[in-house]
Amino acid sequence: MNRIQHVFDNKKPDEKLMSLFITAGYPDLDSTVDLILRFEANGADIIELGMPFSDPLADGPTIQYSSDVAIKNGITMNKIFEIVEKVRKTSEIPIILMGYMNPVLRYGVSKFTRKAAEVGVDGLIIPDIPIEEDGIIKKQAEENDLDIIHLVAPNTSDERMKLADENSQGFVYCVSVTGVTGARDGDEVSKSVDRFIERVRANITLNPVMVGFGIRSHEDAQNIASNADGFIVGSALIDTIKQHYPKDNWQSELMSFVRSLKFGK
Amino acid sequence: MSTQTKTKNYNYPDERGYYGQFGGKFVPEILIPAIQELEAEFNKAKNDPIFNDELAGLLDEYVGRPTKLTFANRLTEHYGKAKIYLKREDLCHTGAHKINNAIGQVLLARRMGKKRIIAETGAGQHGVATATACAKFGLECIVYMGEEDMVRQKLNVDRMRLMGAEVRSVTSGSRTLKDATNEAIRDWVTNVDTTFYIIGSVVGPHPYPMMVRHFHEVIGNEAKQQIHKVESRNPDYLLACVGGGSNAIGFFYPFIKDESVDIIGIEAAGFGVDSGKTAATMTKGTPGILHGSLSYLLQSDEGQIELAHSISAGLDYPGVGPEHAHLKDLGRVQYHAVTDEEAMNAVKLLSETEGIIPALETAHAFAWLEKLMPQTSEDEIVMINLSGRGDKDMGTISEYIREENN
Repeated sequence: MNRIQHVFDNKKPDEKLMSLFITAGYPDLDSTVDLILRFEANGADIIELGMPFSDPLADGPTIQYSSDVAIKNGITMNKIFEIVEKVRKTSEIPIILMGYMNPVLRYGVSKFTRKAAEVGVDGLIIPDIPIEEDGIIKKQAEENDLDIIHLVAPNTSDERMKLADENSQGFVYCVSVTGVTGARDGDEVSKSVDRFIERVRANITLNPVMVGFGIRSHEDAQNIASNADGFIVGSALIDTIKQHYPKDNWQSELMSFVRSLKFGK
Repeated sequence: MSTQTKTKNYNYPDERGYYGQFGGKFVPEILIPAIQELEAEFNKAKNDPIFNDELAGLLDEYVGRPTKLTFANRLTEHYGKAKIYLKREDLCHTGAHKINNAIGQVLLARRMGKKRIIAETGAGQHGVATATACAKFGLECIVYMGEEDMVRQKLNVDRMRLMGAEVRSVTSGSRTLKDATNEAIRDWVTNVDTTFYIIGSVVGPHPYPMMVRHFHEVIGNEAKQQIHKVESRNPDYLLACVGGGSNAIGFFYPFIKDESVDIIGIEAAGFGVDSGKTAATMTKGTPGILHGSLSYLLQSDEGQIELAHSISAGLDYPGVGPEHAHLKDLGRVQYHAVTDEEAMNAVKLLSETEGIIPALETAHAFAWLEKLMPQTSEDEIVMINLSGRGDKDMGTISEYIREENN
């Protein structure tokens, strides 16, 4: 069975799944495998592994920074596949590759999807591929049993939410605010998010829904994801790494933050 | 299908916003409602006589259109071959063709009730044009500009600020046009309900390449009429510089189906196309996706966008409009590249022979005359789009000449 579906099928009714984003190759090439395994040990249910791109136009300064560092560190698509391959030796946590289309296109869409499936990737999130352009990768992803996860935002119409639902597998990614990625003031996010998630629930019926953008604490996650199946954290993790790396305890600081996100203090 | 048949039926973009295999709308979901609304409104506006009359009125009394077609007699004598005519976009208000599009899009923004305008700029000409149009209509204007370009084009920064625009310095990446565009898109993603993004070239997601072409077609339409008036025929050659490609597409488009016209676009080679410091996207690039469309790009084997280099800030961009990519693949337009040095020599030649100081961008088109003119004959006609004037580049030009003399 598909690993993504498996975690949603086994979710307890009140549980919120936690998906964690980390840029492959950040803060250095060698720690990504270990970070993923430790995220899992500390409560992560799904991993979104960022494929760095030089021009991440849907992301805020935090992800742009981690992407720049990873590219300077020498990350490549093949190294990203090696990371997944190593994680798969000991772990069955769902892994979703997240990134922009150009590096995928350059690698070759068929070769990319084949290789991704081979090393144990479960799904893809490509923010600059809206539904009308997904023909560029849809067939190849299907052939290799890779889920394509579309995004919806507060300004997405009911009609397009239904379309995103029909064209997604695994889950639908709800962007909680109109804007780029980045940790935000929790109040700012939760104020408007309730009505949005209500609309999401009414229109997205085939897939689970995960909420992301702006979550930086357990409280944020509980508020924002109260009506969703789970939540996604990315920039707040990168910010935490940035704050502590390369001090000796950077990983333990990060993991205690991860535990607090899922379980509270 | 032969190039000829393809050209005769030339009708792009298709309903999905594609020019052959290029174009499309590769943007985050958040922007989809905005570009759908924009496309619908643009299609209504361009067929609305009230909109078109207002635009025509502004182009006439504010921009100063039609711009002149000037016979370059001394430049023609210099080469002793085909006659050379200049389409004088440098005489537009603000000194370059960019104002045609800025006025058009500001009218559209106003029609859509958007009061906050954002733009990206490289050389600053599009930023100045946008600031100008916003001042004229009393709209809030924010221009994103790379930190490096703000130094190279200080005069234009001052002009924008004087007209009430806020110029935001972009310090990410290469600190030039590519990164200014990223920042403008991020602003748009964040403020999409209130904000109209005026893209300055025939790049970006559909409908931008089509819309920007539409607002610049006036260049080619006027030039065609003007050359027919003095020469009673089409020119044999059209020449324009290509960065993103807006002046070129506006100039070329009305001639694309006229198969007797050889159309040539000139890119910036920077230090040379194989120097690693170049902006020759069509010569050195490969297909890829940047800023919302699929086109030729300067990129690494890993699909990371490479930094472009050109002495001209307006051509210093690692992408190119998708329609140019298609015209290249069709074989309808020939694209070549000239170096910083060749462009600078062209600045001097045009200044000395015609008393016209061209923008550094524009000078790239003139530099190709060195290669083109020996192949022409005296009964032929070359028409060049003189897309902008060089006042803004005087700092760069003076410094270059000083270094050359040392």
